[in-house]
Amino acid sequence: MAKDVAVIGVGQSSFVRGYAGSIRELAFEAFREAMQDAGITKKDVDASIFCSAPEYDKQRSPAGVLAEYLGLIPQPTFYIETVCSSSSSGVKVGYSMIKAGLHDVVVVVGFQKMSEITSAESQERMGRGADIQWEAPFGTMMPAYYALYAQAYMAKNGLTHDDLMNVRVKSGTYGQTNERAVYRKGVKPSDFDPNNPDARMAGAVAWPLRVGDACANADGSSCVILASAEKAKAFSKKPVWILGIGGASEAVNMAARPDFSKGLSVGYGAAAEAYKMAGMTPKNIKVAEVHDCFTIAEIMAYEGLGFAPMGDGKQLIREKATYKEGRIPVNVDGGLLSKGHPIGATGGSQIRTIVLQLRDEAGPMQVPGNPDIGLVHNVGGVGLYGSVTIFGR
Amino acid sequence: MGFEKFGRKSFTGITKTAKFVDLLTEGKIEGTVCKQCGAKYFPPRSDCAACLSKDMDWFEMPKKGTLETYTIAYYAPFGFEKDCPYTMGVADFSDGLKLFARLAGDIKPEDVKVGMAVSVRPLKYDDDQMSFEIIKA
Repeated sequence: MAKDVAVIGVGQSSFVRGYAGSIRELAFEAFREAMQDAGITKKDVDASIFCSAPEYDKQRSPAGVLAEYLGLIPQPTFYIETVCSSSSSGVKVGYSMIKAGLHDVVVVVGFQKMSEITSAESQERMGRGADIQWEAPFGTMMPAYYALYAQAYMAKNGLTHDDLMNVRVKSGTYGQTNERAVYRKGVKPSDFDPNNPDARMAGAVAWPLRVGDACANADGSSCVILASAEKAKAFSKKPVWILGIGGASEAVNMAARPDFSKGLSVGYGAAAEAYKMAGMTPKNIKVAEVHDCFTIAEIMAYEGLGFAPMGDGKQLIREKATYKEGRIPVNVDGGLLSKGHPIGATGGSQIRTIVLQLRDEAGPMQVPGNPDIGLVHNVGGVGLYGSVTIFGR
Repeated sequence: MGFEKFGRKSFTGITKTAKFVDLLTEGKIEGTVCKQCGAKYFPPRSDCAACLSKDMDWFEMPKKGTLETYTIAYYAPFGFEKDCPYTMGVADFSDGLKLFARLAGDIKPEDVKVGMAVSVRPLKYDDDQMSFEIIKA
């Protein structure tokens, strides 16, 4: 496992509803924190990459605008997009530029301001992240797409609504301890009880998924600063190395998808590539961030990453193996479900959590036992793009 | 032109596969098959990803399938709110062919089961938009 490129700085804004500022100001929040974390100045930065999902704000070609606001001109900059996994894709490209010798220090910023449009408009935009020619005309939306996977998966594998609820209860446990999370309340089983008139999470959105099975829209930004080995050693006392990167893609149309009961193929594909590059197996991973845009997505991620056999992910949540004290802690920052999912910012936020964990700086979220290897699993669209990145001290 | 007639609300106006809508008005639900290598596609494509040919023919989709999965939408994206609730699913036919569509409105949600036998038929909306829907076999 080669230690060629390291993360030397991480930052993120608070994830909020209705951020009181524009996208450039939102991006600056994460950038400021990451630069201070890295202890570098803008003269040390060779290039920047900006990542978001388009059409949530009106700015076309945001990279140039944000680079100027961050003070990163005249260095080269450009935009990367794979919807919900945009900033993981940005980190992959930044890694590649450094590894190729083009640059020594690259800033990757993910951002999204979702609150400029209504929730129904947001569902329509997200639905158009799938197949607009052949599927959006039926009235598709993200919860419905993930519900297709949940329905087939539950029918075959004995996964229950209580299992899904327990994924949300876990995220609530840790959302309370993450001061940057949009949803900071705990979640109780009574919140999912259809007989409880005060239940906030019981209503069906796209059956079998309920309100509580879905993550929250949020405004937010993230920033990851990458450096070559030489610069990382010069700038950073605690570099966190990128050891493995994997990616995959899948057919956009549901009609061309393999067996729905087996989960998202891109999770398996991206994980296999990342493990191979790192020379590791799932047993090496001490802490993970997975793409829990819906509760079912976390269960499917357990299996794609090899933390559980295919069809058996439910055992991990039943045994609390993915809690902080468990065999493989997952999403102990609240995940997308509680932290919120500002699309373009999510991957960078997941990376920030893992970097803090490996530096033993995660505060109340810190996994005990001084974890040395961590993993980020970030999915774009309905399993359209898969990204898995493995980090180590 | 012509493809704006497809579905409850179309987001695509121009496509080389717009004939699909004309076929729907004739009562046919058809995919495309590559004349060079025989690869079959649904939804239809005008280019073959398997052999790069653009020499495609139309073929009628099979009628007997099973429902692989489904969801009932109680919340709709912008422009579809009036249809709620509606059920969407994936029908699995022979030949490795699948189809995504809404289920017919007369199927009660409680009667929908993964694995049930289904078929498919064209659908004309009141505003003359053309689509297709999954029905009980």
